[in-house]
Amino acid sequence: MLKVATAPHMFSPVDTQRLMRDVIIAMLPAAILAVVFFGLNALVVILSSIAACVMWEYLFVRYLLKQKSTINNYSAMITGMLLAFNLPATMPVWMILVGSFMAIVVAKMAFGGLGKNIFNPALVGRVFLFISFPVQMTMWMKPNWHDFLNADVQTAATTLGILKHLDASSSATSLTHEVEAIHDIPSYWQMFIGYTGGSLGEVSALALLLGGAYLLYRRVITWHVPFYYLATMFVLTSIMWLFTDDVRYEPLTHLLSGGLMLGAIFMATDYTTSPMSIKGKIIFAIGCGLLTFIIRFYSAYPEGVSFAILIMNAFVPLIDKYYYPRVYGTGSK
Amino acid sequence: MTKTFSIGGIHPDKHKITSQTPIIDAGLPEYVYIPLKQHAGAPAKILVKKGDKVKVGTLLANADGVISSDIHSSVSGEVVKIDDVQDALGYDEQMIVIKVEGDEFEPSIDQSADIVKDITFSSEEIIQKIREAGIVGMGGAGFPTPVKTTIPEEKKVDYLIVNGIECEPWLTADDRLMVEHAEEIVIGAKILNKIFGIQNAIIAIDENKPEAIEVVRNVTRRYVGVNVRVCKTKYPQGGEKQLVTAITGREVPSGKLPIDAGCIVQNAGTVFAIYEAVMKNKPLFERIVTVSGDECAKPQNFKVRVGTPASFLIEKCGGLPDETAEVIFGGPMMGQTIINLQAPITKLTSGLLLLSEKETHRPDMMDCIRCGKCVDACPIGLRPFLIGICVRNNMIDELKNIHAMDCIECGSCAYICPARIPLLDFCKLGKIEIRKKQKGK
Repeated sequence: MLKVATAPHMFSPVDTQRLMRDVIIAMLPAAILAVVFFGLNALVVILSSIAACVMWEYLFVRYLLKQKSTINNYSAMITGMLLAFNLPATMPVWMILVGSFMAIVVAKMAFGGLGKNIFNPALVGRVFLFISFPVQMTMWMKPNWHDFLNADVQTAATTLGILKHLDASSSATSLTHEVEAIHDIPSYWQMFIGYTGGSLGEVSALALLLGGAYLLYRRVITWHVPFYYLATMFVLTSIMWLFTDDVRYEPLTHLLSGGLMLGAIFMATDYTTSPMSIKGKIIFAIGCGLLTFIIRFYSAYPEGVSFAILIMNAFVPLIDKYYYPRVYGTGSK
Repeated sequence: MTKTFSIGGIHPDKHKITSQTPIIDAGLPEYVYIPLKQHAGAPAKILVKKGDKVKVGTLLANADGVISSDIHSSVSGEVVKIDDVQDALGYDEQMIVIKVEGDEFEPSIDQSADIVKDITFSSEEIIQKIREAGIVGMGGAGFPTPVKTTIPEEKKVDYLIVNGIECEPWLTADDRLMVEHAEEIVIGAKILNKIFGIQNAIIAIDENKPEAIEVVRNVTRRYVGVNVRVCKTKYPQGGEKQLVTAITGREVPSGKLPIDAGCIVQNAGTVFAIYEAVMKNKPLFERIVTVSGDECAKPQNFKVRVGTPASFLIEKCGGLPDETAEVIFGGPMMGQTIINLQAPITKLTSGLLLLSEKETHRPDMMDCIRCGKCVDACPIGLRPFLIGICVRNNMIDELKNIHAMDCIECGSCAYICPARIPLLDFCKLGKIEIRKKQKGK
């Protein structure tokens, strides 16, 4: 029986499922390292976050919308994984349930589901938790790969937390305090492999870069957003560092610490919540870098990536309205 | 240096499995079915009647108006029917049915194998010969060639571009034609040079046809005013606008034709037909067709008489397996599925593909994830996703503003879309809606 079909009659092997699957594969190195460094706690956080996100989407679509389940497109799974990447290893499971509800039901499904949300769902979940439960959200475990079960959890400060503390203490002119604090800053190598305090998925620049390289290789993302985001941050901190000679602006420390790598590679590149054209993507990424810089240095928070990306998410429709490719044969634009 | 167009483009699998398969004569079917409309414009007016004896090359119908074309008999025999016959999709279409008897050519046609090199005709004579031979653009659009080669006073041709790109996957008809008839194509280009009064013909061939590049380049060394340029293998490099930009760096203005950028683009097959028409007095009644596809047992390049039923070629290539999902006239990107296998090959049929379900499977449409791949792929710089949204919401004025009319219908957007949204269908629908609205005014 011959089919009647409209052209084209062949299709790229890359479909939505494959794109999503590639993103999940790209996140695996960071997930594995998180479990190695933070132990079983990390595994519990990651699995419960994924399960919660998939569950909320399933319940919402099946029982509220009464439609065919959409969980097989893997996007809820990615949101769950990204949310877990933004949480500390000691996060209680019930809070994860709340956070994933905000991410999936409020930030994604309420806007119409996959492809229609304005804000990155995982970041909405994280920021909601961060504002609601500031204590639990900043209880950073000291990485320890000897003790997998983590019977005895030790807390540690994040690099950015130390720098912020430095900021506060320097104004109090407590010199000894400052020397001690500088001593606490992890080495570049520790930050690079991720042997430092922080959210699960953000600590290891190495694992994130590996994932990013995979996404580039599979052409899931283009290099523009991660590059311009990191470059903006690097240039701004370098300028400040050269002019003030202040250790707080040390550019490499900023590239390797906090959620910058995670944000630049996995969050700011989210298709739905970033601009479509290359020009738009560059503007978006530079905006993210600028806002991250401002929040990290001039706000009460040590970390600015989540807020920066969420704020820039809001500009995406505007950017898309004004920056799109020039139409062939219409002269230079 | 290889040349290409700068915006968009995709890289589908090439599947050029017949690029080394020499062209063979498909032979004569029992009956040929010759449609009266094998070109853009009005159908031709019938000159013969039932019972008439015709020869190969006998004029069967002549052009009705300027945008139309003459149609000649591709076989010798008896006209047995002039009636509605099912076309490729099963609709009725008026065709001339001829029962094949022998293979006698009109005496005016030069059947010898000699290559005639000296162009002794004036440009008016050449255009007249092209008109009388019923030549149309054989790349698929079917625009009457005499109209295209008649340049309005105020316009000037700087470049003649012979399109040897053939960027559609599977198809190798133009590739083989260039390898086997390079000299004729080069002379054809010189004939066109003469019409336009230029010495600037460029034969564009893409990188994945090394044999054609070498053969044609060797021939052009012996001719003044014809050169080869190698283009990158990228779809849709063979689109007129893309080719003009790749070769000259110029852009065809929106809503205009290549001539407005000083270029005339002719398909390699058409240029060969022009050579035969002018130098051999041979009307356009046969063409090269690639029969291929993953369901095709014995893929071949055939020289086929116009009007030969598709089934005749399919039988020659090992028949139609039961698993075949789609039979296509043309390439897989822009071609059309056929369900009536008796449908005839026309002047515009470059390929006949038998494709499996695996190759053509189009999964259910999912939600747009705003990945922007359609925007990156569009060779015109359009935003296909937005055209889709506007069409679905009936926003016709907005469609015009975002240049939906500039769509060349190459299908790159629909090919690349990971959510399998039928973006090309939306673009085509959008253009129809815009035209409707304009007519209504």
